Amino acid sequence: MRVLTGLFTSSLADVRMEAARCLHELSHSNDPAVAEACLPATSYLLTYLSGHSVEFTELCVYTLGNLAVESETVRKQLLPQGIIPALASCLQSPHVAVLEGLGYLLPQLLQATEDPATILPLVLDSALPLHMLRLVSSNLELGMGVAVEFAWCLHYVVCSHVNNGLLISQGIVSTLVLLLLDLASAVVEGATEGLELLLCPVLRCLSNLLAEDEPESCKVQMQDERLLVAVFLFMQRFLQQHPFLVQECLWLLNNLTADEPIFCSALLTLDLLPALLQLLPCSGTVTLLALTVLCNVAEKGPAYCRQLHQKAVLPSLLSTLALSDAQVVGQSLELLHLLFLHLPEAAADFLSQAGLQALAQHRDNPPLQERVRALEERYLQPAAATPVSPIRASAAALPS
Amino acid sequence: MLLPPGLSLSLQAERPLLPVRPRSPPRAPFCFSARRLRFHRQHEFFEDGDIHRHLYLQDILTNVTEVTERSKVSEFSCHIVGCCQVFDTLEGYEHHYNTLHRNMCSFCKRSFPSGHLLDTHILEWHDSLFQIMAEKQNMYQCLVEGCAEKFKSSKDRKDHLVKVHLYPSDFRFDRPKKAKSSIKHSKPHSKRDVSMPMDVNVETCEQSQADSMEICPSESTENPTQLASGPIPSVQEKQLYKSRIPSTVCFGQGASRGFKSLKKKA
Repeated sequence: MRVLTGLFTSSLADVRMEAARCLHELSHSNDPAVAEACLPATSYLLTYLSGHSVEFTELCVYTLGNLAVESETVRKQLLPQGIIPALASCLQSPHVAVLEGLGYLLPQLLQATEDPATILPLVLDSALPLHMLRLVSSNLELGMGVAVEFAWCLHYVVCSHVNNGLLISQGIVSTLVLLLLDLASAVVEGATEGLELLLCPVLRCLSNLLAEDEPESCKVQMQDERLLVAVFLFMQRFLQQHPFLVQECLWLLNNLTADEPIFCSALLTLDLLPALLQLLPCSGTVTLLALTVLCNVAEKGPAYCRQLHQKAVLPSLLSTLALSDAQVVGQSLELLHLLFLHLPEAAADFLSQAGLQALAQHRDNPPLQERVRALEERYLQPAAATPVSPIRASAAALPS
Repeated sequence: MLLPPGLSLSLQAERPLLPVRPRSPPRAPFCFSARRLRFHRQHEFFEDGDIHRHLYLQDILTNVTEVTERSKVSEFSCHIVGCCQVFDTLEGYEHHYNTLHRNMCSFCKRSFPSGHLLDTHILEWHDSLFQIMAEKQNMYQCLVEGCAEKFKSSKDRKDHLVKVHLYPSDFRFDRPKKAKSSIKHSKPHSKRDVSMPMDVNVETCEQSQADSMEICPSESTENPTQLASGPIPSVQEKQLYKSRIPSTVCFGQGASRGFKSLKKKA
């Protein structure tokens, strides 16, 4: 290694390149002892990151990435040796090959098991997040590959919840919103090749950022109904091919509608409810999240419940009550409760649509029975239904 | 000019917000309360998406093609005066230029791997004010980019590099000056002697015979055999180099872009 390091730092360009290839070859070893034997070279590998030879820099980047994957000792040495500022300057490289390499190296550091407390504060203190954000949102120039890798990097940073307030103050939310709107336009134009790879981490970032404790700063940037339309376009486009994206979309939809009546209202006035109801027959997480979004809307009060009722939410709920997933049925009961609470006529219609029979099958299911009984006792007594029968008649006349 | 009808309406197209009922806590046994969800990196919610990403990465790794054959061009030599290195690929030339000529000190012809190291070198070795300033304040800047620490002497900086940044004690781009140089706060000779063996890995240099550029001219003349093996013809010719040619003249990022587009065409 002493000799190799000597060659690696020699003044003969060819020798230097060959030595870099040797180091790269060594870094492929699965034996952590080999990675640790390369420790004397890391300070030079990092120094060369600010060089300008594309292939040489690229080799150094991949070598560092391989070494970092293999050994915690290497990762621990790279941090004090200044890998974060070195990466920040390297990220300004105009060369896609170098950026792709960085898209490989950076996740190795951010995903490292020992980390969040050691690496992330350094990352957040540096210019890295802003560079990553720039590379994510310039996806068309640099190719999808680069954007995808840095979107995942951002996701690793955000989902560690170390200091998302800082990222929010740097404007990450509005940048991601604009990016999602661009991607939605791409969906409309039919250019969706590989789009799901980028969408997934971007949706995750935004959802997690919206869930931060200080949503005030997001609020201003987020009052854009177009985002709602974008989310539905994504779900429609990827429901068949990449169903995993639907639950990611619904997570964002939940975080948008949980506290913001403007999004609940827009969901109804843009007539997106039927599309949402169509997701209920999907399985597991998707059904549960779709129901949760409906609960978010219903919770906002009678005006919202009336709209839900008029757009035939009850028949869909009767179907979910027939499922065996206790969580899904439980959430359906919560939604029924909100509907009946804010709109007594909904209870009457539920009765007329054989709702009691649908509830009956869960009467003996321990996690559900209390809520079933409460619904029956509070809202579904025949005596309670009688006074609202005129309203029921009018509601029943609506097409459903 | 004809504008679509109803355009002016969209100026006030604020959608009416449905009236909102103030939130009340859920009544038992019901427990729903709208809340934003946040998931931590290991949450099972991420499983499906992570699997999809994993498959994508696997696909990429198995499809990686071998190093592309560089397009050959007719032989040409380095345009820097005095450098007669010959190339048959643009990439080889680019790498040569970046290694030897891009960050070269115009005073002593040493080449550095980064602009930061070159700037530090010029300041410390060739700026006449530096020594005067260094007596009054800490002037030796840490070599790690992003570290703002400054030190009284290069020895202190070396200690810092080794202790704090885990740098090798013989970091090759931090060679001290020879004893004849005018470092005012020089230590007693015994101490200097202790530090010297750590600085230059003499053994390696001689074995590899690849070190000519890194050694400053005064050293080179002491070691003519070593120099002969290098690609650079002579020290005298090297003196003529114009180092750090501004990118606007012929090289720099513009040139790199030129390389790229040529590669594509081929």
